Amino acid sequence: MTAVLEVSGLKTHFFTHAGVVKAVDGVDFAVSKGEVMGLVGESGSGKSITGFSILGLIDQPGRIVEGAIRFNGDNIANAPEDQLKSIRGNRISMIFQDPMMTLNPVLRIDTQMMEAILAHESLPKREAWERCRNALGLVGIPSPEERLRAYPHQLSGGMRQRVSIAIAFLNKPDLIIADEPTTALDVTIQAQIIFEAQKLTRQTGTAMIWITHDLAVVAGLADRISVMYAGRIVEQGQTDDVIDRPLHPYTVGLLGSVPTANNRGERLFQIEGMTPNMLALPSGCAFAPRCAFASDACKAPPPVEQVANRELRCYHPQAQAVVQ
Amino acid sequence: MTVFVIRRLMQAIFVVFLMSVIVFFGVNVVGDPVYMLVSPDADQADIEAAIRRLGLDRPIWEQYFLFLKGALQGNLGDSFVFGEPALKLILHHMPATLELAFSALFLSIVLGIPLGLFSGLYPDNPVSKGIMAGSILGFSLPTFWVGLMLILLFAVELGWLPSTGRGDTASIFGIETSLATWDGIRHIFLPALNLSLLKISLAIRLTRAGVREAMGQDYVKYARAKGLSTSRIIFVHVMKNIMIPVVTVMGLEFGSLIGFSVVTETIFAWPGMGKLLIDAILQLDRPVVVAYLMIMVLFFVLINLVVDILYSILDPRVRLQDQGA
Repeated sequence: MTAVLEVSGLKTHFFTHAGVVKAVDGVDFAVSKGEVMGLVGESGSGKSITGFSILGLIDQPGRIVEGAIRFNGDNIANAPEDQLKSIRGNRISMIFQDPMMTLNPVLRIDTQMMEAILAHESLPKREAWERCRNALGLVGIPSPEERLRAYPHQLSGGMRQRVSIAIAFLNKPDLIIADEPTTALDVTIQAQIIFEAQKLTRQTGTAMIWITHDLAVVAGLADRISVMYAGRIVEQGQTDDVIDRPLHPYTVGLLGSVPTANNRGERLFQIEGMTPNMLALPSGCAFAPRCAFASDACKAPPPVEQVANRELRCYHPQAQAVVQ
Repeated sequence: MTVFVIRRLMQAIFVVFLMSVIVFFGVNVVGDPVYMLVSPDADQADIEAAIRRLGLDRPIWEQYFLFLKGALQGNLGDSFVFGEPALKLILHHMPATLELAFSALFLSIVLGIPLGLFSGLYPDNPVSKGIMAGSILGFSLPTFWVGLMLILLFAVELGWLPSTGRGDTASIFGIETSLATWDGIRHIFLPALNLSLLKISLAIRLTRAGVREAMGQDYVKYARAKGLSTSRIIFVHVMKNIMIPVVTVMGLEFGSLIGFSVVTETIFAWPGMGKLLIDAILQLDRPVVVAYLMIMVLFFVLINLVVDILYSILDPRVRLQDQGA
């Protein structure tokens, strides 16, 4: 399989008054055609910034300081705005977290859908409209003609997120970046949205990066999982490997804190300590202060190593399977 | 929507009635117009005749009742000074004030919104900082002083523009207006600018605040992620959102433009309602003052109604709530 997107050594830093925030600090991954990659991490780990970096949507005071983002072979890191504009929404589209906030409240759904087509292609409005109607039908919205005339506030949260997904697929992109698209929705709707997204990627062969903090969501959806901590990917591998046999202590902790049928009634596992202050990261492994296995070796940044079918940044891989 | 308009009209009638009570009784406790009207050497019989002629011998509640009865038939009383119906006097002076207010509104929109947009999009640009500093001056300098300075600079020193009167007028659609002739436009420019200065500043600040807020919203980032052009994002996505507060405030301020024109009209000798009001107050011409105030109340009520309707056109969320009402 050929890689649609290849990110290597990506560093996106924010130059604030308080200091440099290394939100993304040396991230490498690749996504192949039709593949779904789960990018997992807690708030502030840099997963959303990674997504925005790919689209060139990093605002001041942040910028991509290093690294390459190869999309279909072309490096689009810090590419000219015109080139990025022709890619955004066309070859790479994005689904945002909060469907209440992302659709413009004063524009009708048809306006907001059709402009996504007309920004990249010149075709009669009638045809654009028909494509929008069909796209809404594909994501399971009943009576799409009527919904097209509606304003965002007239739709439910789940419905709005379906509209976002329909917009993302409108121009048959090569890659979709979904930034926590189900976080703001309730669990039933969440399952439906994941089902729709999965179905569409299978049908169209679109690659997808699914950004989330919820391992349970990506476990059933992603082909591969990348776990991010403090701006770096600490563990990356096939979903089954990572879920069944996590190696990094952080992944172990994350998996241990997911409530399951087996640990009913017991106290949930909790990762010690707090998310790191991004302005004052330790020089070595950023997870070391919270890690039960940390040693003197962890004072130096762990290199990426190939361990048991995956890339890992840890001196103390955990071998035992997590008791589920 | 219909229910909404009907309900608003009922409220409007109540407001107008209440204001008529306040205005009528308020004006009637100030001064005694009779002594302004009769000659200083008039004897008691002349004075009493004048009082009877003006209807001031009746109890005040009866005067109010007569006023109300007349008002419902479109008669707001006769001017003590001119002996003409007060309404006719005001209507005669109204076009001059309205054209001044509309010109000022026009100036504040075509100058204020683009300047505000620019300073909102490029807040760190030195030009933006200049615009913001200018808007502070626009807010804080008193209108009458700015008016005098404008006359001093453009009329006296530079001699570019005339400082008094309406100039030549011509009629468009049967309305006499200065805007129809070049001479008239030269005459209206300074007073309109003077009157609009405060509103320009207001429009700048409102637009800038709106743009700054909207640019940070997710829907703007999402629009960028869709690959839309910058002009489409600014003029469709951002503008449509910020027009909601701008239209509301500017619409409501239109009433105060007419009100503030009292000062500007006095300085530029603009023959409008404001100047008529000042003259009427000085001569204790009660019916004209009352009629002017009643018409202003009507104006404000109408403007509020129009703004509400415009608002619901701009903001679809308001429209939906109305249907439930």
